[in-house]
Amino acid sequence: MTWARKVLSIDRRIIFLLVAAGVALPLLRPVNLPITVTPRVQAAFDAIDALPAGSKVLLSMDYEPDIMAELFPMSVAVLRHCFRKHLQVIAMTLYPAGTGLGERALRTAAKAEGAVLNKDYAWLGYKSGFQVVMIGIGENLRGMYPVDFYGTPLDSIPVTRGVNAYRQMAMVINLSGSSATDYWIQFAQGRFHAPLVVGCTAVMATDYYPYLSSKQILGLVGGMKGAAEYERLIDTVGDARRGMDAQSLVHLIVALLVILGNVALFVARRAGEDLGGRPAGSMTR
Amino acid sequence: MIETWIAAFLTLCVFSFLYRENPFYRFAEHLFVGSAAGYLLAVQWHNVLIPNVWTPLTRGGDLVVLIPLALGLMMLARIWSKGAGIARWSIAFYVGVYSGVAIPGYMQAQIFAQLADAAKPWPPGAAGVNAALVFIGLITVLAYFFFSLPHRGIHGVGARIGIYFLMVAFGASFGYTVMARVSLLISRVQFLLRDWLHLLPS
Repeated sequence: MTWARKVLSIDRRIIFLLVAAGVALPLLRPVNLPITVTPRVQAAFDAIDALPAGSKVLLSMDYEPDIMAELFPMSVAVLRHCFRKHLQVIAMTLYPAGTGLGERALRTAAKAEGAVLNKDYAWLGYKSGFQVVMIGIGENLRGMYPVDFYGTPLDSIPVTRGVNAYRQMAMVINLSGSSATDYWIQFAQGRFHAPLVVGCTAVMATDYYPYLSSKQILGLVGGMKGAAEYERLIDTVGDARRGMDAQSLVHLIVALLVILGNVALFVARRAGEDLGGRPAGSMTR
Repeated sequence: MIETWIAAFLTLCVFSFLYRENPFYRFAEHLFVGSAAGYLLAVQWHNVLIPNVWTPLTRGGDLVVLIPLALGLMMLARIWSKGAGIARWSIAFYVGVYSGVAIPGYMQAQIFAQLADAAKPWPPGAAGVNAALVFIGLITVLAYFFFSLPHRGIHGVGARIGIYFLMVAFGASFGYTVMARVSLLISRVQFLLRDWLHLLPS
C-alpha cells in the first residue's frame, strides 16, 4: 500500500483525536494570537458606542443552547458595552429555551459592570410568534409584554416606563442563530425604521453582508470570531477570546488535512490505484 | 457541584458517538429529547397559554381570546384522520394572515432595498471596485439561474462567470461553517476543562 492509499484510508478517529488535541492544547497553554477587528464588528461597536447615556436599547437574544457557544459570549460582550455606556437595556427572547440563557447573560454582564435589574435593564423573557411580536412591539409594547419575566408591570419598571414602541428606542440589537434576523430586518428596520445591529452565528454571517452594504443593518458581529473582536474592543477577555487560539490551530489542521487528502488523491489516481469507488468515503464514513 | 458532573457525564456520553454508536450515547440522546420536550411544553404553558388565554379570560372576562384558542384546538384535529378537514380551516386562516404580514415586509426589505443598493452609483476609489464586483456578481449569478434560454453565447459566458462567483460564496460559507462547528467544540472543551476539571482559570 502506497503512502497516498494509506492517507486516503486513514481512520476518521485519528482525525477526531487531532482536532481534540488542537482544541485542548491551546486552551491549556494559550499563546494569545493577535485578534484583528474587522470593519463589520467595528461598525457594530461604533453604532452602540455613539448612543448617548440613558438611551433605551432593545436587545433580543434569539438563540437556544445548541448555538450558545457563539452567541452567549457575544451577548455578554454587547451587554457589558451597553452597561458601561449607561444605556438602558430592554432584553427579550423569541425562543422558549432562550429564557434561561438570556437571563444568565444579563446576570453575568450586570455582575461584571455593576448594573441593576429594572434600573439599568429589564428582562421581558420569552414571547412566541416571531413576526407578531416584532410588529406588536412597533405598535404597542405592552400589548405584547404587559409584565416582565418576573411578573412586574412594565409601568412599574424604570427602564420600560414611557417606552411603548420602537420610536422610543434608540436602537434594536438582535443576536440570533436563525431566520429571526430576517424578520427583524423586515419589520423592526424595514417597517418601523429602527436602527438595527445584528449578531449571528458564523454559518449565517455571509448571508447578511448585503444588508450591511445597503445600510439596513449598522453592524454585524459574526460567530465566535466576531464575539472575540467585540471583547477586544471593550477590552475584556471572555470565552470567545480565550477560544481563538484553539480556533486558529484547528483551522490550520483542517486546511492541512484538506490539502493532504487532495494531494494523496491526485497521487493515487496518477499511480492508477484502485480507490474502491469511494476515495473520500474512507475519510468521511 | 452535582449539575456540573451531570453535564460533564452527558457531554462525554455524546462525544462517545465519535468512537462508535453505543448505549451511553443513546441514553443521552433520549434524555435530551424527553427533557427538551417537557421544558418547551412548560415554557409554552406558562408564557403563552396562561398570560394570553387563561388570565384575560378569568380576570378580564375577555371572550375574544376564545377565537384563537378554538383555532389552535382545531389544528389538533389533524391527529385523527377524520378531523383533517377541521384543521384545514385553522391552517387556511394562518396562511392567509402570515402571507399578508410577510409578503410586504419581504418585498420591501429583501427585494426593493437590495435592488436600490445594487443600482446606486459606484463611489470613487477602492469602494467603487467593490461595488463593480458586486454588480457583476449580481448580473452573472442571475444569468446562471435564468434557465428560459440555453446557456450559450453571451448568456453562457455570463452564466459561467456566475458559477465562479457562486463558488467563492460557497467557499466563504464553508469556511464560516467550519468555524461555527469548531466553536461548538471549543465551548464544550472549555466547559470540561474549566468547570468540571478546574484546569483553566475561571
